[in-house]
Amino acid sequence: MTSTELAVEAEGLVKVFGSNRAVDGVDLRVAAGTVYGVLGPNGAGKTTTISMLATLLKPDGGVGRVFGHDVVKEANIVRQLIGVTGQYASVDEKLSANENLYIFGRLLGLSGKQARAKGDELLAAFGLTEAAKRPLAKFSGGMRRRLDLAASLIAQPPLIFLDEPTTGLDPRTRGQMWDTIRSLVATGSTVLLTTQYLDEADQLADRIAVIDTGKVVAEGTADQLKASVGTSSLILRLADRNESGEALRLIAEVFGVQGTPSPEAGRITAPMSNPDAVTDLLIRFREAGIRLDEFSVQKPTLDEVFLTITGHGVSADEAGDDSDFEDNAAEVRA
Amino acid sequence: MTTISSTRIVPASERKLKNHTSVRQTFSNSLTMAYRGLVKFRRTPEQFFDVTLQPILFTVMFTFLFGGAVTGTHGDISGYLPTIIPGVLAQTVITASVVTGVQLREDMDKGVFDRFRSLPIARIAPLAGALTADTLRYAIATTITFLTGLVIGWRPEGGFLGLVLAGLLIIAVAWAISWIFAFFGVIARTASSVQGISFMVLFPLTFLSNAYVPTATMPNWLRWFADVNPVSHVITAMRNIVAAQPVGADVWWTLLGAAVLVLVFAPLTVRAYMRKA
Repeated sequence: MTSTELAVEAEGLVKVFGSNRAVDGVDLRVAAGTVYGVLGPNGAGKTTTISMLATLLKPDGGVGRVFGHDVVKEANIVRQLIGVTGQYASVDEKLSANENLYIFGRLLGLSGKQARAKGDELLAAFGLTEAAKRPLAKFSGGMRRRLDLAASLIAQPPLIFLDEPTTGLDPRTRGQMWDTIRSLVATGSTVLLTTQYLDEADQLADRIAVIDTGKVVAEGTADQLKASVGTSSLILRLADRNESGEALRLIAEVFGVQGTPSPEAGRITAPMSNPDAVTDLLIRFREAGIRLDEFSVQKPTLDEVFLTITGHGVSADEAGDDSDFEDNAAEVRA
Repeated sequence: MTTISSTRIVPASERKLKNHTSVRQTFSNSLTMAYRGLVKFRRTPEQFFDVTLQPILFTVMFTFLFGGAVTGTHGDISGYLPTIIPGVLAQTVITASVVTGVQLREDMDKGVFDRFRSLPIARIAPLAGALTADTLRYAIATTITFLTGLVIGWRPEGGFLGLVLAGLLIIAVAWAISWIFAFFGVIARTASSVQGISFMVLFPLTFLSNAYVPTATMPNWLRWFADVNPVSHVITAMRNIVAAQPVGADVWWTLLGAAVLVLVFAPLTVRAYMRKA
């Protein structure tokens, strides 16, 4: 039976709010023990999809199963297998961190002593011990998010839903959250996370589903998705713009593709399919006496993923093919 | 920074799972939710004003304001106390039951409610817990009203036992009435609208009764309403209990009314609530 292998199985999930088909036939298959990313812009239907799989919303159509258990008919079983961390912290603002964890622990059937021990253990694991007795009103966004995740882990569920776990967090806290998610998977949990950031899905997820206007528009590993949107770009700014002709010649020679000088003189953008070749290029620049003011690599953005896959962009400023992305973006959108 | 315990997660296939919650679990979940309510009260003492300061204020204020007029004396309140203390008590405790609905609405709008819904707990527990925790508020209001009355000279003939019985009666009634407000709490869109609707119901119900003045002084149509008003029955019943008088039919009418309220509003509330929970 393959369904026991699957932590999450969704077939044609539909949710309609009034005239808006928020989720319009979503299929997902998440293997147990993996991190699965659901990537999409605001309003794409990510949260609604998760809510249905986490038994918070009843689907208007389709079937959802968690470890083979139907999310509607066997909702209570599903609830014994999942932990849910929402986009907005789902903890009691008026209570302290350890009161929150104690109450959730008691609700999950732990004895008073067990609940207290579990709470202390989780607070220590999430670096919240010192803040344990403080009211949550004084918590930072990152601390709240951590407490929220800690609350989802009390019962050590085999499947954890994380709805935009790092939206609104500063880069350092985001990195900590990523580490936490990785260590969860190391203990055998399956994680289904939603995100707006390609970068995040790329860092964490084994497989990614791209979702837009309630439909899965692409599915695959991060590499497969990125391959579908093209390669990263190397962006160079020359110290002396008069050398750009020579620089373009070297790029063509080393990369085998044409670089594009941008209207802002002195800047060159070149598609970079093989990062190793950058070393060669830089050595050639040194030999030719070409000096650089700036050097950066631009990855394909979520915008580009959407543009390529759905044919419409999320925002208008940057998209398209690397070689001449400004012109191309307009063409693709048209 | 994070080191999550290295114990392996028990795979889904090796877990003992059941798709229903037992009565015992429902009971235990509800008690935990009631405990949560109490911790919240402790954290926000200002929510206790309506059952701590307000009973003192109302008891003293109404007693000295109406006392002379009702007894036809110049400020001698001793004859008015047996009338007004149960009246103020009924009004205070019944008013306190509005909070059940307001807080339920606030709770349901918060993120934490989503977590409760994602836990394998009895669906009814947050509602049952809230209603249970509130009985403590009624008990506090009752005790403080009685104490205030005793301080300003009230000496009920029924003694301590009478006070306890009357207190239990009004707490039971307030609990029954809180189902009405819990229902508003579940169906209303905002907490402030719950408050609005509830007070529109409460003011006529509590003031248009025999709480402060004898119904004989009212015009006929109002007197008719005040006499059938269930609040009047509970007040009369309490007056008789604390005065060690025969209680008569009022207690039964009161208990019947409370039972009817629960029988009507509990299923309505639970149904509306489960649809959202």
